[in-house]
Amino acid sequence: MTMQPMRRRMLGFLGGVLGAVAVTSLGAGPAAAQAPAAGSSILDAIKARGTLVCGVNTGLAGFAQPDSQGVWRGFDVEYCRAVAAAIFGDPSKVRYVPTTAQSRFTALQSGEVDLLARNTTWTLSRDTSLGLDFVGVNFYDGQGFMVKTSTGVKTAKELQGATICVQPGTTTEQNLTDWARANNVRFTPVVIERVEEVVGAYASGRCDAYTTDVSGLASTRSSQPNPAEHTILPDVISKEPLGPLVRHGDQRYADLIRWVHFALVGAEEMGITQANVAEKAGNDPRPDVQRMLGKNGELGQMLGVSPNWAVNVIKATGNYGEIFARHLQPIGIQRGPNALWTTPGGLQYAMPFR
Amino acid sequence: MSQTATDPRHLRTPPKKRLRLSWADERVRAVIWQLLIVGAVVAVVWWLVRNTQHNLEVRRIATGFGFLQREAGLPIGESLIEYTPASTYLRALTVGVLNTLKVAVIGIVLATIFGTLIGIARLSKNWLLAKIAAVYVEVIRDIPLLLQLLFWYTILQGLPAPRQALNPVAGVFLSNRGLKLPFLDWEAGHSWALLAFVAGCFFTWLYAKAMRRKQFADGQPRRVWPAAIGFLIGLPVLAWIAGGAPTGVTWPALRGFNFQGGMTVSPEYFALLIGLVTYTAGFIAEIVRAGILAVPHGQWEAAQALGLRPGVVLRQIVLPQALRVIVPPMTSQYLNLTKNSSLAVAIGYQDIVSIANTTLNQTGQAIEGIAIIMLVYLTISLSISLFMNWYNNRIALVER
Repeated sequence: MTMQPMRRRMLGFLGGVLGAVAVTSLGAGPAAAQAPAAGSSILDAIKARGTLVCGVNTGLAGFAQPDSQGVWRGFDVEYCRAVAAAIFGDPSKVRYVPTTAQSRFTALQSGEVDLLARNTTWTLSRDTSLGLDFVGVNFYDGQGFMVKTSTGVKTAKELQGATICVQPGTTTEQNLTDWARANNVRFTPVVIERVEEVVGAYASGRCDAYTTDVSGLASTRSSQPNPAEHTILPDVISKEPLGPLVRHGDQRYADLIRWVHFALVGAEEMGITQANVAEKAGNDPRPDVQRMLGKNGELGQMLGVSPNWAVNVIKATGNYGEIFARHLQPIGIQRGPNALWTTPGGLQYAMPFR
Repeated sequence: MSQTATDPRHLRTPPKKRLRLSWADERVRAVIWQLLIVGAVVAVVWWLVRNTQHNLEVRRIATGFGFLQREAGLPIGESLIEYTPASTYLRALTVGVLNTLKVAVIGIVLATIFGTLIGIARLSKNWLLAKIAAVYVEVIRDIPLLLQLLFWYTILQGLPAPRQALNPVAGVFLSNRGLKLPFLDWEAGHSWALLAFVAGCFFTWLYAKAMRRKQFADGQPRRVWPAAIGFLIGLPVLAWIAGGAPTGVTWPALRGFNFQGGMTVSPEYFALLIGLVTYTAGFIAEIVRAGILAVPHGQWEAAQALGLRPGVVLRQIVLPQALRVIVPPMTSQYLNLTKNSSLAVAIGYQDIVSIANTTLNQTGQAIEGIAIIMLVYLTISLSISLFMNWYNNRIALVER
């Protein structure tokens, strides 16, 4: 156990307290918190600061995890980089703040982070009562269970009487209790806040099963010493649309994040990739490509960023499909519902660039 | 102190000065300063409250305590009262408070016993015992508590799986799911017996007090223990028989994934309790040692000169005097132990902080959630302080 994760845990633990204090004291005066009608106060603040502060997971392979050099990598991290590229033209101008399941919302509410890209499920109560807004769905997920292969469990209903590891402050936790009530499954929960600790408890045999989103299970399974010892059960017990969040009240800024997501998906629809984006920006004859890449029209200006914002984004991260292939396919997650809408069963769909 | 102040000097008062509204008047200055400071504090508080209200409104963050009546839907591993995920947030938070109390109360009792033993051991004439106690104190005090908790939790996770559980005595199983013990099939008779035991404690106390008064009157020491046994054991047994003498016991048995039946001590609770007790005992040991050393050496010598045995000297002469030095810093240790129990979140024991954190995360009402946590700790801490202050006054040197 190094000091670094320990300190982060302490920070996570204090997150709630700091969040409450920050909500209390932020905003120079009562009027300052009101977003001006025309501009975007958050976007202006980010530009003035020169970096985007992005809240990510404390460590989930494929989604957000520092590599051996300490550089953050993953699917969610690419969204932070894409937004930084759209604002500054430079994807490296991001400061990453690891947040736990419990500290993430207060971190965003209090202004500690500008953007939360941390596999967070879009639900009605979160959308309405947290003072936050979901801007889109970048990953359609569902909740599942992972067990040790040696237990011989084949379906989730066989988990009667089992001990199940779960992270607190998640929809996972609530889905688990709903599912158990609906199916008359009695279980003993072990509730641990940090993903490393909860996975550790599962791996050591403290729990019979670990439950979270199937993507998270695949990620955890891939980072175990011997992935074949663990089986992800076929049951998917919930819908988990994951997406980035921003603070409520600054719609201009929310628009920008939403359209960065659509630019990534749209680029895949139009066949624009990291490799060919420069060429396409110069000589693609399709009008929608020209509008998106800033050759025609004023879409960038409407969003409050430079005209070639989408070019910068795709240069930095590639399109949605490339991000997916880079980070999620290596840990065994298939496109499934996250394929483009043009493939059967696909749900990813970009709004028109017009 | 007699209140018969007949001495005329005591009756003299300084001549009344007329109050003048001038900066030169000391009393006027004092009033102005106090008004200014109170005004500044009120203004800051008012600004904070107003700003918070405004920001919450602008960001459309829900406020108020209405969420307490909503269905919680969060799973809780261990609970002293009936709880299901269909219960309300209020119920869930109550479970959290009880879990905090469960670890704090038992932790305080064990840490006091263990710490006192270590403190006495460190003063022992036995070289090995004294050195072991010294090393214990120095090592335990110097390692952060959080690390110790993670250490104990990791050790407990290293225990065998339920199927290979250690089974030292029939009915007792130790595995990575915790310690499983046989337990009474709880019925009304048991509750009556428990109630009778509490009443027995009270009667014993009354009896001991009456006997001591008699001893003061005629100088004859009287034995308390025969009556105490009657009160503490006889009374509960009678109540138990009156309640139908239930004898059912549930034994833990391996069924499916886990043991069913019996009583469970979860690894999370056990790790937290061991960590808090061993850590706090290190500090208590030093307080006890300081207290004993603070008793003048002459007291030891005088007691020994009377021919008292070492154990009696310690119990009857030294410890009562040492208590006056020990109790005030001990209060701080009890408060520390209670507050340190919030580190439970790191190892998954669901105390009030863990449950309130989840609540504020699910409802988004951070200010209310933190206010509840603060209120709970403030209440527990003030209760401990009040009790310890009362106890301290009781044992304080009675000056005549």
